[in-house]
Amino acid sequence: MCLAVPHTIETLLDDGRAVAVAGAVRTEIRTDLIENPSPGDTVLVHAGFAIEKLAPEDSKELLDLWEEIRRVSGVDYAG
Amino acid sequence: MPGDLRAAVEALRRLAEESATAVTVMEVCGTHTVSAFRSGLRSVLPKSMRLISGPGCPVCVTDQGEIEAALSLLRRGVVVVAYGDMFKVPSASGSLASMRGEGHDVRTATSAMDALRVAEENPGREVVFLGVGFETTAPATATLVREARRKGIANLSVLSFHKRTPPAVEALAGAADVQISAFLLPGHVSVITGHEPFRFLADRFGLPAVIAGFDPEQILLAMVEIARQIRAGAPELRSVYGTAVRPEGNRKALGLLDEVFSVRDARWRGIGLIPDSGYGLRGDYGDFDAERRFSLVIVPGTPPAGCRCGDVLTGRITPPQCPLFRTACTPLSPVGPCMVSSEGTCGAYFRFHREERT
Repeated sequence: MCLAVPHTIETLLDDGRAVAVAGAVRTEIRTDLIENPSPGDTVLVHAGFAIEKLAPEDSKELLDLWEEIRRVSGVDYAG
Repeated sequence: MPGDLRAAVEALRRLAEESATAVTVMEVCGTHTVSAFRSGLRSVLPKSMRLISGPGCPVCVTDQGEIEAALSLLRRGVVVVAYGDMFKVPSASGSLASMRGEGHDVRTATSAMDALRVAEENPGREVVFLGVGFETTAPATATLVREARRKGIANLSVLSFHKRTPPAVEALAGAADVQISAFLLPGHVSVITGHEPFRFLADRFGLPAVIAGFDPEQILLAMVEIARQIRAGAPELRSVYGTAVRPEGNRKALGLLDEVFSVRDARWRGIGLIPDSGYGLRGDYGDFDAERRFSLVIVPGTPPAGCRCGDVLTGRITPPQCPLFRTACTPLSPVGPCMVSSEGTCGAYFRFHREERT
């Protein structure tokens, strides 16, 4: 039930609403729960509401974990 | 990239081998359950690592008595608006779906705001939104209530069965008869709550706890992180889902939850009454509280005979250990909510489990 799908905000409407796009699907969402929504923002949408903006980059915690994986696994791969 | 994932599977295998201990990880979200099955991730886990499902499906943990309360509103001529997941959940006197079949007015919502539209379009009728879901979903209901007040919609109220995840996780972490080595924490609940409410798992119970998103890569990375912590003997709360989860959570949503709801005790199917694990409407918003408006008395329900949904939800058994599984209880004819919901553990086992090693 906690499924959420990334959408990109296309246009802001009035009353805490926006039009957002996910793949070929264009839908109206609510933006009440996020700060300063703007066209171009990638947001997680759950039950019709944007619940968070997605950060463009992986977190340091995740990058550290990948480093650990490379060290532990010994698996060599390119890029 | 595939190379990365191969490395992650190999790292997981090596870490599990080095720590040489059996590990039971509870995932606290139905979306994790389904993703781990559907992707085949379970088949690449080391034999020493076991993934069990917890009480992470809001439909499944909704108590029978709560469903009965919603059905009683229908019998009084109220329009009930609910997420589709709730429709087939059976109770002693039927389900939302069967009531609709009998001519009662049940509407499907894909967003809480749908209830506002139904109320506006039917000014002469009472409309009740069935608020089900965890912290991820509750802010939408809070927005609905606030908007209803702002617009002066008098014929709309909310039956709030929203639940808070950390108290349920705490109840399981402390249960003497469920041995859990680590928790895979729900990413989208954590988007709202942030890290802090789950920190007690490492601090008080000494259990690794990792917040993860829902694609298979996220779950795999969380399992590696859990294995790493166990190998190092250093449990802590970590997140592999930093793209979505801020450590402090979504402050705007938390503020709204705090404005509209107050924390109260709630009854979870299979676990029972858990202190501070629910959201009821605050006194300020009492006019929108369906329990108050219709003087509802919610009586704890009795599970259907033979249904072991409660034991499944708490990790005490896996679905194939329930005598009704695949026999009397199937998705077409579910006995309990764990088989009804697409994210219920029994439903997931029915669709994906093929005598994998247990």
